[in-house]
Amino acid sequence: MTIRVGDSANAKSFQKAALPLLEDAQLRKNVRHATDVIQRKRGIVVGETPDWQELRTAASAIKAHTMGLLDHYLMLFEKACTAAGGHVHWAADADDANRIIVGLVKQYGGNEVIKIKTMTSEEIGLNEALEHEGIRAHETDLAEVIIQLGGDTSSHIVAPALHKNRSQVREIFRERMNLPNLSDDPEELTAAARHYLRQKFLTVKIGVCGANFLVADTGGVSIVESEGNGRMCLTLPEVLISIAGIEKIIPAFQDLEVFLQLLPRSATGERMNPYNSLWTGVRAGDGPKHFHVVLLDNGRTGVLADPEARQTLHCIRCGACLNTCPVYRQTGGHAYGSSYSGPIGAIVTPQLLDMRYGQSLPYASSLCGACYEVCPVKINIPEVLIHLRGRVVREQKSALDLEVLAMKAAAAIFTSRARFEAAQRLGRIGQWPLVSHGWMRNLPGMLGNWTRVRDLRALPKQTFREWWKTRAKTNPPASYSTPLRAARKLAQDDDPNA
Amino acid sequence: MRTALGASHLRVSLFITCYNDTLFPATGQAVVRLLERLGHTIDFPLEQTCCGQMHYNTGYQQESMPLMRRFVEIFSDAEAVCIPSSSCVAMIRDHYPKMAAEQGDPGLARAVDELLARVYELTELLVHRFGLEDVGAYYPHRVTYHPSCHSQRSLHLGDLPLRLLRKVRGIDLVDLPNSDRCCGFGGTFAIKMGDLSAAMLAEKMKDVENTGAEVVTAVDTSCLMHIFGGLHRQRAGVRMAHIAEVLAPTEKDSDGALA
Repeated sequence: MTIRVGDSANAKSFQKAALPLLEDAQLRKNVRHATDVIQRKRGIVVGETPDWQELRTAASAIKAHTMGLLDHYLMLFEKACTAAGGHVHWAADADDANRIIVGLVKQYGGNEVIKIKTMTSEEIGLNEALEHEGIRAHETDLAEVIIQLGGDTSSHIVAPALHKNRSQVREIFRERMNLPNLSDDPEELTAAARHYLRQKFLTVKIGVCGANFLVADTGGVSIVESEGNGRMCLTLPEVLISIAGIEKIIPAFQDLEVFLQLLPRSATGERMNPYNSLWTGVRAGDGPKHFHVVLLDNGRTGVLADPEARQTLHCIRCGACLNTCPVYRQTGGHAYGSSYSGPIGAIVTPQLLDMRYGQSLPYASSLCGACYEVCPVKINIPEVLIHLRGRVVREQKSALDLEVLAMKAAAAIFTSRARFEAAQRLGRIGQWPLVSHGWMRNLPGMLGNWTRVRDLRALPKQTFREWWKTRAKTNPPASYSTPLRAARKLAQDDDPNA
Repeated sequence: MRTALGASHLRVSLFITCYNDTLFPATGQAVVRLLERLGHTIDFPLEQTCCGQMHYNTGYQQESMPLMRRFVEIFSDAEAVCIPSSSCVAMIRDHYPKMAAEQGDPGLARAVDELLARVYELTELLVHRFGLEDVGAYYPHRVTYHPSCHSQRSLHLGDLPLRLLRKVRGIDLVDLPNSDRCCGFGGTFAIKMGDLSAAMLAEKMKDVENTGAEVVTAVDTSCLMHIFGGLHRQRAGVRMAHIAEVLAPTEKDSDGALA
């Protein structure tokens, strides 16, 4: 098995990868601005949908049902798609999928492909696999064009070039499209991209796309987008190859009613996507002559096997969790070292890789819960993050790891009152070399991460429990005059036996 | 028996939390003072230590199991458990039932279920159990309220704390901009992802300072330890107070203006 998620096997830990990004003031400003704009738009269109919570519940139920019967619905899809003239391929892992797609491109005699809306191809490293076989892949989604021409990687699952502003885009286009006089006017930039892309749309014979939804009962495939470049990619080539994770399946055409309300509102803050493409197999004289679907596992059945984390597969890749995440906000997507970034990336990537890589990712969250709150399919991301942290500790950490030892020691302290109280006293005595004027400003070891930017007040002379014990001894609980106590006192005074 | 402010007299068992006990005794003292002032009796079981949140959330779920059992045993007979920390309440409410179920001990699972109904975050106890909004407090300071993530997204406290704060005499309560955004504490996140936590803290400190408040308050001392730790480093002249410290003093107290 060659399960691969982008280049995450070679990625730095989240905290290390974040460092240069935190230094990049331009990137941080771009990320803050873009996510604020999308969130504001989302807030408006969600706010005007009175049954939003019911839609979320319905989507979650449909997804949970589907995951419980995934094999059934995949077979149903294969049957319906094949009956409509499509071809279905099954890929166990990244290499398998690449081999199938390279084989298809060669079979149809192509040496280049146009691509749209396929994060899955990034996951499996399709462009590199094609290039290795002398096949050139042209991205056609505007943001993907910016990424590809700039030699960059995606930083957001819906808006991959969100970390670039328009003057940075102008620089890339100027250089790579050879347009020295290009301005940073958005219209001029899109016109340049359009000119560049139209040539590809009209000449390249093979299209590669992803899928937002695979519809089991009809065998249909759905892609939603904003630019229309997708529509060109899906309709103009002679051959269309769709690569989709097996979790993209929904049982019935009618289920789109739920998802097509949730997805655009969550992803781009639109009531409806400008382009909603939905096709089933092939039709003579209309669109591609040949249609192939590659169903990709690449670690997904492993995720499905874990009941606590299975909900990860419910994701419809809207990106709302990225936009609301206070951690993503600081770095953008590159710190996640994967084609999937943000809170959802932090749970998808390590799970697909069976926790062998991306072990820092479940910790790239303050567990604030903002992701769960906006998720249109109600994935409890914080719950899954905690579960995966448990897997990291149980499956990956050595028993001699410093953190493991510290946590075990802390647990031993907390399981005994005597040890807890002793630790409190020891802390108070032991802290003296670190305390200056009642504050600690420079703690050793891991705790130094605290005092690098924050002061910590010294342990007080008396813990709460010590205060409580003294109070109980010297001052029976009547220190504050209350009507109740006053009444009690009166009753006592009146009692001749008192 | 009825208290002066309407609610039945209650014997409240206080779970002070490990970090308040060790680092912030003033929070606990304020809770005791407030609840006693309202006519209730406080019980503080000395066997208590920690709810297990740090271990559980960092991936040491096995280590948190005995802490869950311990909590349940200590408080199983309590009339009401008051916890002045929303994240510890969230730990207990969101995770204890599942943890107990995993232990395969139906008695424990039942005990957790029964106990949960009697576990209150401090402002829940005041508003939901006692039916109070005006607790007769006096706090003549400019204050901004930081709604911690667990209080908002797990406990769904909504405006409970603000309803209490608005009734405080002398208070100058100012809205905190971007209040729904995490401050960057996140427990061990603040240590393990120190640079990220620092970047998030920088945004939060800017928002706090822009309010012109002299005091930042919250229902969690843990977030405050982080926010105030950063503000203190910068000598910003803003201090922290757990919401109990804002709600405890009255006009009669000599320390009202100093609290």
